[in-house]
Amino acid sequence: MAINIKVLDRPIAESSYVRSTFKGMARTFRHMVDPHKVTVQYPEVKHALSPRWRGTHRMLTNEEGNAKCVACGLCPTVCPANCIKLIPGEDEKGNRYPLVFEIDEFRCIFCGYCQEVCPEEAIHLGRHYENAEYSRDGHVYDLERLMAQTHPVCEMWDPADPRGE
Amino acid sequence: MSAILTAVALQAGVSTSAVPPQGMGVFLITTVIKILVIFTIYLVGVMGLTLAERKVSAWIQGRVGPNRAGYGGLLQPIADGLKNIMKEETYPGAVNKPLFILAPAIAFTVALITWAVIPFAAPWESGWGYISMALAPMPIGFLYVLAIGSLGVYGIVIAGWASNNKYALLGGLRSSAQMISYEISLGMSTIPVLLLAGNVALDRIIHQQALHGWNILNLTIAAFVFIVAFFAETNRVPFDLPESESELVSGYHTEYSAMKFSMFFIAEYANLITASALISTLFFGGWDIPFTLWDNLAPHTGFKTFLTGIAFAMKVTFFLFTFMWVRWTLPRFRYDQLMSLGWKVLLPLMLLYIIVIAAAVLLFRGMGLEQQRIVGFSAFGLAMFALNIVLSVLVFWILDRGRVISPATTRVRREALEQLQARRYRTRMPAEAGD
Repeated sequence: MAINIKVLDRPIAESSYVRSTFKGMARTFRHMVDPHKVTVQYPEVKHALSPRWRGTHRMLTNEEGNAKCVACGLCPTVCPANCIKLIPGEDEKGNRYPLVFEIDEFRCIFCGYCQEVCPEEAIHLGRHYENAEYSRDGHVYDLERLMAQTHPVCEMWDPADPRGE
Repeated sequence: MSAILTAVALQAGVSTSAVPPQGMGVFLITTVIKILVIFTIYLVGVMGLTLAERKVSAWIQGRVGPNRAGYGGLLQPIADGLKNIMKEETYPGAVNKPLFILAPAIAFTVALITWAVIPFAAPWESGWGYISMALAPMPIGFLYVLAIGSLGVYGIVIAGWASNNKYALLGGLRSSAQMISYEISLGMSTIPVLLLAGNVALDRIIHQQALHGWNILNLTIAAFVFIVAFFAETNRVPFDLPESESELVSGYHTEYSAMKFSMFFIAEYANLITASALISTLFFGGWDIPFTLWDNLAPHTGFKTFLTGIAFAMKVTFFLFTFMWVRWTLPRFRYDQLMSLGWKVLLPLMLLYIIVIAAAVLLFRGMGLEQQRIVGFSAFGLAMFALNIVLSVLVFWILDRGRVISPATTRVRREALEQLQARRYRTRMPAEAGD
């Protein structure tokens, strides 16, 4: 015999099969006529996402419409999935900017470290999840695509304000 | 045929007019029309049922159900059918091909031909003669139902065997054991009905119910056992062991695909319609409209036929819903529970019940209650109803309190039970103390 047998103290005088069957049927019938259904009609209706939802990235831009990124190289360094490719460049005034900035969303684990580490608040994760593609290459977002994204960005958890969102 | 009907009808107090029997040509034409109508309604009904089942299950589970194909999902069965016809017919390497193809056909055919004897409306005394609203109003109607019903197991067993797959075979074996076991209870539960009607012709059973009250009121226990046994016969939850997914992949139709798989589904729903029609006919008065007798009396006009047909359809629909309702309420029985319910509970219960009912029928008939009427109700029906209340309370209120079927704890000795419970606490204590 097994060591742990679950023995229920079931009062025999109350265990009735016919009546408990009818009770169960009454329960399911109430559920059936209950107009409240839990189904979300997905493409038409969408769940509200948490403000801290971590989805596909966005690159924010400055007033001139250029990427805020200064190609400091912190995000590819911190990225645990190694999915950020960054080649820095420098213009004639000595400002650094990314020559190539690619994020492979297929490799990304959406940890949010890149947003956390970014000194310029340039790269952000977004509140967005519909990122299906027909090919693996389609998941590699280049700088233009990252800048073109318009979905709201993720609000990171602030250690100084643990309750705030 | 009509002479028999007239004689029996007069004996039961139901008058019938002297419309001559139809000629051979009329008989052939009406039969063909009836076949076409029944077949069409049947197949459309099966289509509707596949959708209804998904909708009912969804509603019970708080979902919406299929609603993308057509308005509210109405075209879903057509989409499913198209998909199944387009799919590739696969034959696993080791199947017995002729039997593999034959099995779904048997399963479906058997369910369909039971309908031949079920009267689905009041007969129509038309200008062309007396038209019975059953395909073949045989005097041995109910025996035919039993005979055909027991063939139903072949489709499933052959499917299981021809698939050459261990899960399919196990499903087929379970199905045959289950169907044979419950067929006995099924047959037994109908004997009280036949005792009351004194006949096995289904139209006689309906007339008897119209006169003396529906059998659900007079023979509740028999009706209950009949319904339970028919759940087992149709392999529906809670008795769907032949296809229990958790153990047998999907049982006897594991190896089937495309339209042959679909045929099994059609067969299941066809069986469901047949079962509902039989329950309605034997225990819920068939096409009889409740609280009235005018639908049973002459003249049998086309309008009466129409109304009684609608009454029958409503009853059948209700039982179809009940089948689905139960399916999405109850969990599946364990195999030994299934067998012990069939052999140790239903069968002895029915044997005792037959004795009681036979004695009661003999007594009440001897007292001449069948001819008397008390405030419009049949005295015989009232007497049976009173007896039925006593018996129902006895079975459902007293015997059901852990006496007939009991939880597993009652089968363990008292000391052993206490030992087990003490052991449970002992094994849990050190873990809670946290060492």
